Formats: sequence, C-alpha cells, structure tokens
Amino acid sequence: MFAYISRRLAVSFFILLAASFAVYVIFAFLPFDPAALTCGKNCNDPGIIEANRRRLGYDLPFFTQYFLFLKGLFFGRTFGEGAALINCPAPSLGYSFQQHACVTNLIGEALPVTFSLAIGAIVMWLALGIGLGILAARFRGRIVDRLSTIFVLIGTSLPTFLTGLLLLVFVVIRWGLIPFPSGNYTSFFENPFEWAQILFLPWLTLAFAYAALYTRFVRSSVIDTSNEDYIRTARAKGLSEGVILGKHTLRAALAPIATMAGLDFAGLLGGAILTESVFNLPGLGRLAISAVTKYDLPIIVATTLLAAFIVVMMNLIVDILYAYIDPRVRVA
Amino acid sequence: MTLLTVKNLTVEFPTPDGLVHAVHDTSFSVSAGETLAIVGESGSGKTVTNLALMGLIPKRTANITGSAIFESDNGPVDLLSIDRNELRKYRGKDIAMIFQDPMSALHPFYTIGDQIIEAHQVHNQVDTKISKARTIELLEMVGIQGAATRLKSYPHQFSGGMRQRVMIAMALVNNPSLLIADEPTTALDVTVQAQILKLLSDLQKEFKMAMILITHDMGVVAGTADRVNVMYAGRIVESANVKDLYANPLMPYTQGLLASVPRMDRPHTNRLSAIPGQPPSMIALPSGCSFNPRCGRKNEVGASKCETQMPELTSRGSEHFSRCFIGEGA
Repeated sequence: MFAYISRRLAVSFFILLAASFAVYVIFAFLPFDPAALTCGKNCNDPGIIEANRRRLGYDLPFFTQYFLFLKGLFFGRTFGEGAALINCPAPSLGYSFQQHACVTNLIGEALPVTFSLAIGAIVMWLALGIGLGILAARFRGRIVDRLSTIFVLIGTSLPTFLTGLLLLVFVVIRWGLIPFPSGNYTSFFENPFEWAQILFLPWLTLAFAYAALYTRFVRSSVIDTSNEDYIRTARAKGLSEGVILGKHTLRAALAPIATMAGLDFAGLLGGAILTESVFNLPGLGRLAISAVTKYDLPIIVATTLLAAFIVVMMNLIVDILYAYIDPRVRVA
Repeated sequence: MTLLTVKNLTVEFPTPDGLVHAVHDTSFSVSAGETLAIVGESGSGKTVTNLALMGLIPKRTANITGSAIFESDNGPVDLLSIDRNELRKYRGKDIAMIFQDPMSALHPFYTIGDQIIEAHQVHNQVDTKISKARTIELLEMVGIQGAATRLKSYPHQFSGGMRQRVMIAMALVNNPSLLIADEPTTALDVTVQAQILKLLSDLQKEFKMAMILITHDMGVVAGTADRVNVMYAGRIVESANVKDLYANPLMPYTQGLLASVPRMDRPHTNRLSAIPGQPPSMIALPSGCSFNPRCGRKNEVGASKCETQMPELTSRGSEHFSRCFIGEGA
C-alpha cells in the first residue's frame, strides 16, 4: 500500500507540474499585457507600467518567469525592492497588483468559505440522496418511488441560481425564517451558529441539485445490486431483510458513491461560482470570477491551479479509499 | 421417511406479455437421505420449483399455489404457506441451497470466513470463536487447504471450483437435512465438475442429508441420483428411479434427452441425435401435450389426441411415472 501511495503521489506531482505549465502558458500568451493591467488609473503613464513590469518580473523570459513562479511555490517570493518591497512567503502563488495582496493570502481567505460551503452541502446531499435513493429502491413502483422521481426531475432541471434565488425570495424575504445574509462570512470557529445560519441556504441550494442526481444513482445502484446472485445467497442463508439490505446490498451499492462524492466534492472546492454569487459568499468561485472579469491574471492562474491540485488529490484519496471498500481493487 | 412432500405446486409470473406458466401443478416428494435429480432444458421450471420452495421468489412478482410439507425438527411445516419471516428460520438451517455460478454467488466485499461465520450465526446464538472453528472444520471437509488462513481470503482470490467448495461449506455449516443444488457444476471445468460431484455425494452420506440436484446434464444424473424427475414446460413428464429411467425411458422427451448424450459404449454414428425444434413459449403453451410439436412418436397414438389432450402423469410400474399416451393403460 505504501509503495502504491508513493507511486501515485509521484504521478500526481507530475500531473500538477504539467497543469501548472499549461496554466502558465495561458498566462503568458494571452493577448494582454499583465503589466498594463496592474496600474489602474495610472495606466497612461508608460513609466509606471514599465516599473511594475520589472517589479513583478514580467520583463523576464517566459521560462524564467515560470521557474520563478514554481520556486515561489516552495520558497516564497519577493517582488520589487527597497521601500516598495513586497514579500509573499511560501507557498507564494504570485501577487495581485489590483488587489494589492499576495494571491496566497487572498486564497487563504476564500478557501475556508468555499470549504464550509462544500462540506455542509455534501453532508446534506449525501444524507438526502442516499436516504431517498434507498427508499425509492426498496419501495420501487410505489408512492415513495414516484415522489422521488418527481424530486429528481425538479432537482436536475432547476439551475442552482434559480433554486438559490427562489430560496432567498421565499425563505428569507417572504417568510422571514432566516435573516438576510449580510455578505459577511463568519468563521465556524468564531460563531458556529451564525456560520451555519449564513450557509444554510447555500447548502440547501447546492444539496438540492446534487441530491437529485444521487437519489437517481443510489436508487438504480441498489436495485442492480439487489438482483445480484450474492444477495440471493444471503437470502438463502436465512438472513433478515434488514441485514440483507444494510450489510450486503448497501455495501456493494454504495461503493461507487464514494468515488462520485469525492470527485463532486473536489469540483465544489474549486469554487461553487453560481451559488457563491447568488448568496454573496466571498469564496473561491467569487474570487475567480471577479479575477476573470478584471483580468487579474495572477489570481486566475492561482485559482485554476488550486482547482487542479484539489481534483488530483481528491482522486488519489478516492482511489485509496476505494481500495478499502472493495477488496478486489486492493493492491499488494 | 418422507422429508419433503410437494403437492400441486404452480408458479405463474404475470408479465406485460401475459401470464408465464413457469411451473404447473407439480407434485413430488423427497425422502430423507436420497438424491432426487430434476432434469430438463432451460426454462422447464426446474429452478423456479426450488426457488419457490425456498421462498426466494418475491411474493408480488409471482402467483404461487400448492403446498410443500417439510418435516423439520419441530414437526411438519408448509414452506409455501408459512410467513416469509418464519420460513427464514428454515432457510440455511434445515434447507440449504447452492447455486449455479460460484463466481457471482459470494459477496465480493466480504471474506469467505465472514460469510460462512455469518451463515452459522444467523441460526446459532454462539460465540464467534465457535462459529469460526465450525467454519474451519467445514472448509477442511470440502478440501480447502490451509483453511485457517484462507478464512481471510476474498472470493476473487479463489478459482471457480474452490468457490463452489466454499459455497458448499457455507451451505452445510448448519447441518441441513435437505440440500438443493441448482446446477452446481454447470459453470465449472469438466475436471472440476467431477470433483465437486464426488464431494457432494461424499458429504451427503456423511451429513445424512437429502439432496435435490437440479441439472440438465444426464451424465451427472446417472452418476449421483437415486430418483429422477424429468421436467418439460413446467410439468413433470417422467419420474422414475435412475436405473429404470436409463434402462426404460417411456416419455419421448426423456428418450430424446438420453439419445442426445454421447455414449462411449455404443457404436458411434456420425452425429449426435438432437430433439428437433425449440422449447415452447411459457406464455402460450401448445394445446394438448406441451411436447407434441417436437414429438416424433405422436402418430403412434394418433396425432390429434396428442394435439388436443394433456396426458396425465400415470404409473407405469413400480415407482415409474410417465406423462404420455404411448403405452398408457398397457
């Protein structure tokens, strides 16, 4: 197992290296002058542009820039000199001249928000999707199953921005059940109650869409598994229906859910752009989308790379986890 | 002593295309310690008969009528009418079952030890240590080397034949009085088939249990069975002890089955004989005898009789029954 994980980590490292290079190529060859984008209202002064270019290292050859970027990831990086010296400690993802901040710090602020959003949402949708999926499979063709089909249909067809807006309009404005989200995110460690209150509707919005997909998947997976020969064997042994479902059917039926959930979670950590926008949450998705609209290239590179990193790592975790669930894929 | 008496068992599956008559008005019995073979082509109802006895057909998918009186340790029970929850207490304890495909009959996520121990503990409130010892004992009996360590192996780490041995060990763990073996060797290599059949008949003697052996292989029948029921289109068409059946098959279908087995002790012709035609649709059975469209001998009694009337299963000698107009009343 150790050798396997080491090998996978090494491969992951090279994948990320390739991803970082690809992202950096976009950065370097987009038809924008990164230096010209750093100066805001001073941009009619070519002197300032050139000064910024030197400070941020945009005057260097492409490969040198890329190397400095990689070096910054591991050893930190300084921009400019003297009184205007900016130090972004490792892991430095560059400096956003528009936001006047090290990109790593910006991400450090946004990531917990997105993580909180993703973790709450995944708990909700797993509970709802798996629960409803099992019920629908167990009572297939009956009323629970029919209702779940309707839920699946609505959940998969409603876009999240609409679900989010509907929730805001009804739950918050019409019915006043939850105070209007102020846009000030509160950390879980400061005030867990407020944290949950702010995130509750975003969780629900995301969970609604995903739960619908999971319900459909779990339902068919449970039905497929209950037709397996080994379930007939379990029944022939004289096991009760509860044990057959809980121990034999679900173990096999839910194994693929681990993979699915891991990858969906990774996708969300990269930024739930729509949901964060609707609920005004200062997460990664909003950071990325505002960077895109403002051509804030260092942030675009950093968020893209971070998303790649999360997906690669989550893939690794899911594969390792799957080996524990399914002995057939266990490696020596 | 009669262990199991099945009377008028009928199993029908309602489908959108019509009612499937899988098993029709079938009666037979199994005595303690004997081996009853049920032979027939795919779709003749042999598996469904036994799944019905075990209560393994979901109730709302089928209409099951008839009775199946099983002599359990606690007195006779009707397997078909008792509550499914009640039936559960007999499944795997008094009546065990092994299946055709050992590759898919074991749960891939649990070790074989866990699966056999589970089978033991459903019916015995004992410490896991005791169940484990029993499991090792059984695994050794079915010929698995190093049973104590193989307990921790997963099904995919065994070959097909070994998996079938595991299935047999699991079936026998509670010392059942009846074992239903549904084509236990069909999915295995020929060399392994013989080993498994030998193992089954050895264990049968050791455990003093009766066995219902479902198969389509007449060779398997000759080697292991005491009595044979031949099924065709959901009905028993001939029933006899194994010697009688091979020496004197009465029903043309049985004759066809036996003629289609390659024999070393006869002058060989160029081709094996085959029964012409296909088994009938179980939704729209032919009128008269179900076998009449494929029967080469119906002119002997007049084809119109075979095409309009269903012959009854009638006695043709000591414990020999045939469902055919030929030789009836002779």
